[in-house]
Amino acid sequence: MQHKKNILLFTILGITLTVLFLVNICLGSVKIPMYDVIQSLTGGEASKTAWEYIVLHYRLPKAVTAVLVGIGLSISGLLMQTLFRNPLAGPDVLGLSSGASLGVAFVILGAGMLSGVFAGFFLSPYGIVLAAIAGSFIVLLAILVVAQKLRDTMAILIIGLMFSSFTGAIVGVLSYFSTAEQLQKFTFWALGSLGNLPWSNIIILAVACFTGLLMAALCIKPLDALLLGERYAKSMGINFKRTRILIIIATSLLTGAITAFTGPIVFIGLVVPHIAKLIFKTSSHLVLFWATILIGAGILLFCDTFTQLPGSEYVLPINAIASIIGAPIVIWLLLHKRKGIFS
Amino acid sequence: MERDNIILSAEQLSIGYSNKKESAAIADSINITLSQGKLIALIGANGIGKSTLLRTLTGIQQPLKGTVLLKGKKVNDYNAKELAQTLGIVLTESLPPSNLTVFELVALGRQPYTNWLGTLSPEDIQQVNKAIQLTQIEYLIHKRHFEISDGQLQKVLIARALAQDTPLIILDEPTTHLDLLHKVNLLRLLKRLTSETGKCILYSTHDLDLALQLSDEMVVMTPDSVTQDTPKNLITNKVFDKLFNDENISFDVQKGGFVIK
Repeated sequence: MQHKKNILLFTILGITLTVLFLVNICLGSVKIPMYDVIQSLTGGEASKTAWEYIVLHYRLPKAVTAVLVGIGLSISGLLMQTLFRNPLAGPDVLGLSSGASLGVAFVILGAGMLSGVFAGFFLSPYGIVLAAIAGSFIVLLAILVVAQKLRDTMAILIIGLMFSSFTGAIVGVLSYFSTAEQLQKFTFWALGSLGNLPWSNIIILAVACFTGLLMAALCIKPLDALLLGERYAKSMGINFKRTRILIIIATSLLTGAITAFTGPIVFIGLVVPHIAKLIFKTSSHLVLFWATILIGAGILLFCDTFTQLPGSEYVLPINAIASIIGAPIVIWLLLHKRKGIFS
Repeated sequence: MERDNIILSAEQLSIGYSNKKESAAIADSINITLSQGKLIALIGANGIGKSTLLRTLTGIQQPLKGTVLLKGKKVNDYNAKELAQTLGIVLTESLPPSNLTVFELVALGRQPYTNWLGTLSPEDIQQVNKAIQLTQIEYLIHKRHFEISDGQLQKVLIARALAQDTPLIILDEPTTHLDLLHKVNLLRLLKRLTSETGKCILYSTHDLDLALQLSDEMVVMTPDSVTQDTPKNLITNKVFDKLFNDENISFDVQKGGFVIK
């Protein structure tokens, strides 16, 4: 009964995701008919060669980035919410995105202080990704140390807030000493954008995401045990230390790589796991894992479609749309809090 | 014969905390034997070291001296999975927020036996259903764990430990938060489980009068010593007089409880 319902829900989500993906590619400054989009994607010929070029070189990379980012951030959120026993945990709330930003800020704004060869490496996509992953990893470790001492879930959120403002301050200091050009580069990055990524970068992002997802998949069973708390999980034979390290590496990898390429994107990591929990009404991480992947990809495609005001030249920052959609959902969740989700 | 029934034994155990500089023993020379089919109560005043003893017996904490043998093997030598198949626990701490249903919660007890995704085999489901029947919580299985009362939740957590299919179950103060009726029901359930399943159940409690009536054996922790015996012998040997270090509280043999002067 429950099983059949889940299969139905997954089918609906799968179809919705496919439609959103295609619609996302159709819409933009130039509207391309669905038929031509499908033609271009399947290797056929579109009615206009320009359309084919736009689809393959602009729209498709952006849609793929949206899918990867949506999946990665949402899974990070799911992992952190169970690990910290905190329904309000998410990569941006706990300051992971800020940590990654700090790493990127050091690279973009501080590269001038380094000599030629080093600067060259650090400013390459690999350098930026590594810096961002390192940044989010350090913040996550710090939060973990604090979480060990403080059992209070609200305190952990406040610590996350403090990290955000701390990294914000350091970025402020760094930008004071950097050139206008560096500053402009960093500011554009910080606004968050899914577009303009070359395929080579998307491949790096995809590899990081798949590695993170694979690690997350290994944690599905331990995460279920952690629903009863750390002590019960240990008594049921779960290697808690190994699980925790896996979760931390997976989240830093996902959040770090994503933030490096697209800038800090808010709300997605926090909201999507909740939508999954509301739709499927379960705590089984096997179900939630797949549900979060499908919903995360769908939501970010949906947000991204709105950033390109249909038929116009303007492109809004993805963060603005994510906040406009995400913030009301969080408020709604808090107002309708049930003991199951919040306690 | 008697030896085969022993599930856990501790000899000359010394418990407490140690760091590099010093080790502070909370209790010394503890001898405990937990045998099959017995319901055993752990009694002691607050702060006497009941939790430390339970932590040491369950292998969370290293003993300062002596060893804890679980099924003839040192408890600290078990790997996590083996230990989970030999020893189940029920705690007092409240559960983190989740959408778990009662059935799913009990089914988590099968984790030491399931594959890497935690898929339940037909045998697992059979064990879960058996645990649910034994604790008589069939009417609750579709409810969420936060929708049921404290007494019901305690039964559900016991069912989870039963599903884990271990010869020994240790409960940390299972009767706190419950009223008298539910305390009695819970202890009766534990008593019935030991006789029906042959498991050994050890529980810590402050409800001395109930423990006296419903336990097979008791482990009494006093500031001087740790004594294990049947309730009857413990009363005859006047062990309970030393339970609280206060001359205003004394044990009345006739009433089977404490009186305050």
